Amino acid sequence: MKRWLTGAVSWFACLGLLAVPLPGEGAETIKIGVTQPLTGVVAASGNYVAQGARIAESLLNAKGGILGKKVELIVEDNKSNPVEAVATAEKLIVRDKVPVLMGAWSSTYTLAVMPKLMEYSVPMVVETSSSGKITTSGNPWIFRISPTSAMEAVAMAPHVKKFNVKKADFLSVNNDWGRGAADEFAKMLQKQGIRIGTRETMDAKAQDLSAQLAKIKASGGDTLFLTTGVEQITLVLKQAKEQRLAHKIITTGGSSSPDQLIEQAGAAAEGSYHILFFAPWFPEAAPYPALAKEFVAEWKKRGYNFAGLTEGFRGYDGIMTIAAAITKAGKADAKSIQKALWDVQVQGVNGPIKFMKEGPKGRESGQSQPNVFIVQIAQGKVALPGFMKK
Amino acid sequence: MDQFLQHILNGIVLGGSYALLGIGLTLIFGIMYVVNFTHGELYAFGAYVVFAVVVALEGNFFLALLLAVVLGAVLGGGIEWALLRPLRGASIDTTMLVMIGAWIALQNTEQLLWTGVAKAIRHPFPEAPLVVGPVSISWIRIFVFFAALVLIAGSHLFIRRSRLGAAMRATFQDRETAALMGVNIDAVHTFTFAFGSGLAAAAGALLGPVFVVFPTMGDLAALKAFAIVIMGGMGNFIGATLGGFILGIAEELGAGYISSGYRDAMGFLIIIAVLLFKPTGLFARAERIG
Repeated sequence: MKRWLTGAVSWFACLGLLAVPLPGEGAETIKIGVTQPLTGVVAASGNYVAQGARIAESLLNAKGGILGKKVELIVEDNKSNPVEAVATAEKLIVRDKVPVLMGAWSSTYTLAVMPKLMEYSVPMVVETSSSGKITTSGNPWIFRISPTSAMEAVAMAPHVKKFNVKKADFLSVNNDWGRGAADEFAKMLQKQGIRIGTRETMDAKAQDLSAQLAKIKASGGDTLFLTTGVEQITLVLKQAKEQRLAHKIITTGGSSSPDQLIEQAGAAAEGSYHILFFAPWFPEAAPYPALAKEFVAEWKKRGYNFAGLTEGFRGYDGIMTIAAAITKAGKADAKSIQKALWDVQVQGVNGPIKFMKEGPKGRESGQSQPNVFIVQIAQGKVALPGFMKK
Repeated sequence: MDQFLQHILNGIVLGGSYALLGIGLTLIFGIMYVVNFTHGELYAFGAYVVFAVVVALEGNFFLALLLAVVLGAVLGGGIEWALLRPLRGASIDTTMLVMIGAWIALQNTEQLLWTGVAKAIRHPFPEAPLVVGPVSISWIRIFVFFAALVLIAGSHLFIRRSRLGAAMRATFQDRETAALMGVNIDAVHTFTFAFGSGLAAAAGALLGPVFVVFPTMGDLAALKAFAIVIMGGMGNFIGATLGGFILGIAEELGAGYISSGYRDAMGFLIIIAVLLFKPTGLFARAERIG
């Protein structure tokens, strides 16, 4: 028995050694590292982003790749866990020797990875995270294409009157993203003279949110701003219905995948509003309608879940931004890509991507200014509310 | 006051499922002395069986629940037979490492089979909740609560009154003497593990339709089960039942009146307090069995 075990262990060790790429191997491709939550509590979104990134990879390669070389995405699973996010980033940089990364979905994972970018001097395009801290902490290797929570709040501000909010409550996932979003939206609402009720948080792994909802129900507010991933939004909507919460519910952060909510939460999703950064039901409303339609068509052709498009575009836009930077740099090393990212102008599915400087002088991070949509679930379908129609 | 009543009701309903998780683990961890890291995976397994039957095969919901318990017990028995039986008499460290391995292998198999993306299970209960005065509760949760109570009471009676239950208690009190009295020790070990695993699968099968189902769902559930077992006293059946209810209510009231961000920390705060002031568990008695 023992001998058998030793044999098996050494056999796997040999396999492990053989799996290490030999130096020089793969020099014909340009590698891009991606770290996303493919498993764990926010796995749905991470998988959608990775699928979007794969579409970008195929389209780039179909057009002959970048600088005459094929693009090779190396996608790692950060398991919805900041510790794993750091491990995947380090593995991608040290072992796979990628000159640039895209990731890491949640603000918490991205913030965890950021010191590694400084340590190894490798740039990362941030496709989803919305915590303000990411671009204001003085990390010059960060280039973010997703909006900050503050940008979302600003985009929401002119529409607040139509929601007739008198007193707003908050329920947010207890991490950098959730707390940051609650802060920014509360600030914006208070400026408009709206009262703030209770501010509740929930652990990212929490499944039973009845205590938070009972408290929110008792606060006497009329609108609930909800910030978390689609899995937890599903639970909140279902349990809010169980507890007869009368609040209007508005989700922030763009990770609500409304079609998944319709499928999984059913009638409990009815009437809820969602802030999104791509509205695949209305590609004609996107800044570049032809590109948006092409992306939606490719997504459907591959048989991916339609609900994932609201996240999948992030992966596509992120990889296309990196590809543009490598093309501009003329070579694929970390320093040149970082420099070139400042000059790229990309037509993304969300809209134009172009980086402005943000954060302390001399160590600025890049931040793009994305478009924001608000949709509503009405009669089991996603609709543009009247005020969003052009 | 309305809010308080709602919190208490939520806590009691949640406590029923926690108790179910706790009694399954207290059988294995408390009386077999196996640190069972696969408990959470059996919980997830139960939920996935229901998902497979109800959503993929469009089968009957109640049949799916029954099947989940049976298959969970079979899987648990299989784990005991294949992994623990050869290690009988080995140190607790060895079995612990093997169980950690089994936990990782099971969780990754689930990820391979079902992907990491969360799934929802439809259930046949009305969506509109039952409203009683100021409080409301969904029908599925009422069903889950009573199903849990029936399972807990049934298990208790089984262990206390049946011959097999007596053999279980005897085996873990004094293995050699039980063997001399004609008890088939190996069979009792396998059966106890299967029994505890079946209860974990039952908890997963009942709660899967209330929440969402994903491969790592068992991690937090297992942590809570360990908390309940330690709170109630190792191997103490009544202790685990009451521990489940205490945890459910403590979480609700803690989240409602202290801080919702620390909701899941409440259980562990209680453990720290219990270990400091009453290390044998809140309900420890002279004997440890049943």
